Order: sequence, then structure tokens, then C-alpha cells
Amino acid sequence: MSAVNTMTAWQHVEIARHPQRPHSQAFISELFEDIFELHGDRHFADDRALFAAIARFEGIPVTVAGHIKGSDLNENISCNFGMPHPEGYRKFIRIAKQAEKFGRPVITFIDTPGAYPGAEAEERGQGEAIARCLFELSGLSVPIIAVVIGEGGSGGALAMSLADHIIMYEHAVYSVLSPEGFASILWKDPKRAEEASEVMKLSSADLAASGMADSIVSEPEGGAHKDAHRAIEALRPTLKKALSGLLLLDTQSLLEARYARYRGYGEQSEA
Amino acid sequence: MDILNMLRERKQRLSELARQRRDKRQAKARIVIKSRIDEVLDPRSAKRLFDTIRSSDPLLFPGYAEKTRDLVKRSGHPDAFICATGTIDSRQVVCAELLPEFMMGSMGTAVGEAVTRSAEYATRYHLPLIIFSASGGARMQEGMFSLMQMAKTSAAIRRFSDGGGLFISVLTHPTTGGVTASFASLGDIILAEPDALIGFAGPRVIEQTIGSSLPEGFQRSEFQLAHGFVDAIVKRDAMRVTLSQILKLHPEVRI
Repeated sequence: MSAVNTMTAWQHVEIARHPQRPHSQAFISELFEDIFELHGDRHFADDRALFAAIARFEGIPVTVAGHIKGSDLNENISCNFGMPHPEGYRKFIRIAKQAEKFGRPVITFIDTPGAYPGAEAEERGQGEAIARCLFELSGLSVPIIAVVIGEGGSGGALAMSLADHIIMYEHAVYSVLSPEGFASILWKDPKRAEEASEVMKLSSADLAASGMADSIVSEPEGGAHKDAHRAIEALRPTLKKALSGLLLLDTQSLLEARYARYRGYGEQSEA
Repeated sequence: MDILNMLRERKQRLSELARQRRDKRQAKARIVIKSRIDEVLDPRSAKRLFDTIRSSDPLLFPGYAEKTRDLVKRSGHPDAFICATGTIDSRQVVCAELLPEFMMGSMGTAVGEAVTRSAEYATRYHLPLIIFSASGGARMQEGMFSLMQMAKTSAAIRRFSDGGGLFISVLTHPTTGGVTASFASLGDIILAEPDALIGFAGPRVIEQTIGSSLPEGFQRSEFQLAHGFVDAIVKRDAMRVTLSQILKLHPEVRI
């Protein structure tokens, strides 16, 4: 934890993207029991970039979802490096609304470079799919907890992390766009990504300071990949605490607090 | 020969200076914006809303504060938006319009706040909400605060929708990124002006991803109509009549 202050933003980015960093599957299989995976958006396809299941966390039935990056090249390709298509977001909307019907909290694991910017994704309405996630999550009557475990890339991450409590891993990053994209838009030079990362305020400490992350989970020295088991287990008490706190709230207080949270970002008083 | 060269160099230097002066003058010139809100509302019915909102600079991004200050001065608008309440054929509505002339209509805290307040105002007074979008997406210079505006505006639209409000989203050229991926796609009725570029990722990014060029008309209004993402394509000069027709099909809520 002490090394965090001396680390550059780019070092966080590199750890967050480390190929051996534990991915959503590892977190879910370690921390949840009775996992029953759910497939498909009921409209078009099943998106392998986005995992969805019902399971138990500490005995409580929950709905769990996460971006899937894959742990070898074949897996990377089959799940599109964790970049969902619209059908992925629509699968998530489906299972989130199902969670609401059965009163299950929703827990999401965020680890994506972003929503896939491909031609077919556009044909099937990538923008609409993300917008619909935000619309549905903002009024969903069950608690939502998002855990940013690696890369929180732009709208593709936000679509699954409009939540009541946001947990960030120490070296995870969350940003408006990838540093490469940011540098490319503002300086017309994607090679200045490292420099961009230093001004973007994308580290867990930055997000905690701006009230966008509620808790930070410490990682083993050098990053979660140094001791994946220990890194994953470190989430259990934080997640348990956040969940039990949210389960105490009645629906109206939960929704009021969620609205106030997002309403507050950049709120200006009327002159 | 030397004299000829000298004369030529002098001529180049002078034309360079003239160009610089011209650029400087243009940089200071007023930005004239032809507002769609003015075109659709009944004459003299408009009352401007939320004019005091200003952008914030959470990243302290070099040059950003100066740039927005300059644009506020030159455009006469608070940021990349205009909000107003007024009437269309005597029916009271709330309108918001994003301004592509102001940093490509990008959504930072100011635009997010303006859209959110418009939705909240429309909720409070049971008025139909009309938003004309034109945007390059999230405003990079405000970092995560810009991204959060997507959630904030969508949450406000959700509340408005839950209250039974009518939201007509009008997509104009170009509507992309975080605006498409939030409130602009959440209209009860979605209209688009002809040939507007509408999408999540920009065409250049898609071409880089897929490694080939996109066909003619990709992501244009007609493409979005064919793929089921807009209800109708409406020419700018027919917008007022169309909006009026839709409004009349939604009986007024008396409070």
C-alpha cells in the first residue's frame, strides 16, 4: 500500500493490464458458490465478452456479471478481449431486470478496454445498448455493487458500473477513454498515452478522492498477479460489508441515494 | 538573382504575416449559432433557462479554462448548450440543444448539468422534453466527470420517464460517443435530420478496428432508420410541424 503514492499513473495502467492479472472468472469462482451461468440476450446472440450468472455470495443469492478477457490467446479471441457487443449489454440488462424481479442484489466485475468499436456493433446499436443499461440500472430496485478489478474503460465499463457502491482494486484504473484514445483525441498522437495517463486522474486514489470509488482493496506488493488467491480473498470482507450495508436500506432510500450520487457529479447550484 | 530571391522571400514573409493576422482575427470573431430551438418555438415565447451553468476544470487540463472562457465570450452561450422553455403551437415544452460549434458539442459537467436540469424542470412542471443533440461525445478535458454525465443524464431521463413524461430526442449531425450512449438514445420518440452521422464509435475508430473502410452511408440517419434506431427522418425546415403533430398526439397533463 505504501508504494502506491510513489507509483506513476502509467505503472498502474500497466499492472491493470497485466496479462497474468486475475480476471473476472477467477474472482467469481473463488468468491461465489452454486454458480449457474446464464446465456444470451434473447434477441440476437450470447456475447462471450460478458459473463452472467446467478450464484450465492456468503449464502445470499445474487446476480453476478463481469467482463471476460480470457486467459490465453484462444480465449482472448473468443471473448473479444473483454469488449462486449450490444448483445452483451442486452444480456446484462436482461439479467439485471431478472435480479430485480427476484429481489437479488447485482454484483459486477469491471475489466474492459471499452465497448467494442466495430462495424457490426454499430449496426446493432452499441450506443443504444449502453444507454439502456444506464437507464435500467439508475432505477433498478435492488442494490448494485461494482468492483473495478482491472481496466475500467469508458462507456463500456460505465454501462455495468452505475452502482450504489463502487469498489476499486488498488492498481485498477477507470477513465473516460483509454490513455491512448485520450492522447489521440487531444494531442493527435496515441503514442503520448503515458503522458495522458498522468493528467487523466484514473487511479483508484484519484477516484476515491473525487467520490467515484467508495472502497479500495489493497493488492500484494507489485500487483494482484503476484498472489492472485490472496488478492481475490482480500475483496471478500469489503464486498460483504458493502452488501450488508445496502441490504439494510429500503428501496426508496436506495434509489434516492443512487440518484443523489450521480446527480452530484458536476452539480451546480442555481444562481 | 539575389534581389529576385530577396523579393520573393519578402513577399512570402508578408503573406505569412497577413495569414497570421487573419487567423488571429478569425480566432477572436464571434461565433454565430443558428439555434434550432428558435426555429421550433413560437415567436417570442422562449425563455432561456440555466444560463449561469459553466464548465468546470477537474483535471486542471492545460489551456482548457482559457479555451472555454473564450468560447463563452465569442458565442454568447454558457457552454455547448442552449436550454429554454416556450411554446410550440401554444403547447408549453422544455427544449435543450447541444451546440457543435462549442468544442464539438462535447458533454462535460456543464452540458450534463444542463440536460439533467432540463429533464428535472420538465418533470417538475409536467412538460414534454425535446432535446436536439449534436456532439462528439464526452468532453475529454474533464476526464471521469464527463463520463459520469452519461449516468447522471440517463438517471434524470429515467425519472422523467417514470413520471409519464414525453421525451422527443432529435439527432442532428453529428451525434456520437457518450451522448449517443446516454440520453440521446432514450427518447420515447427519436427523430433524425437527414444524412446526420449517428453512432457510438466514430467512423475513423471503426475503420482502424476492422482494418478496412466503411461503406457509403454507414451510421447515417437513413442507416439508423433501416437498423431500427430512429423513428423518422425529418428535415430541419419540417421539424416544427412534426414536433407539433407529435405533441398534439400526447394530451396535455394538467397539474
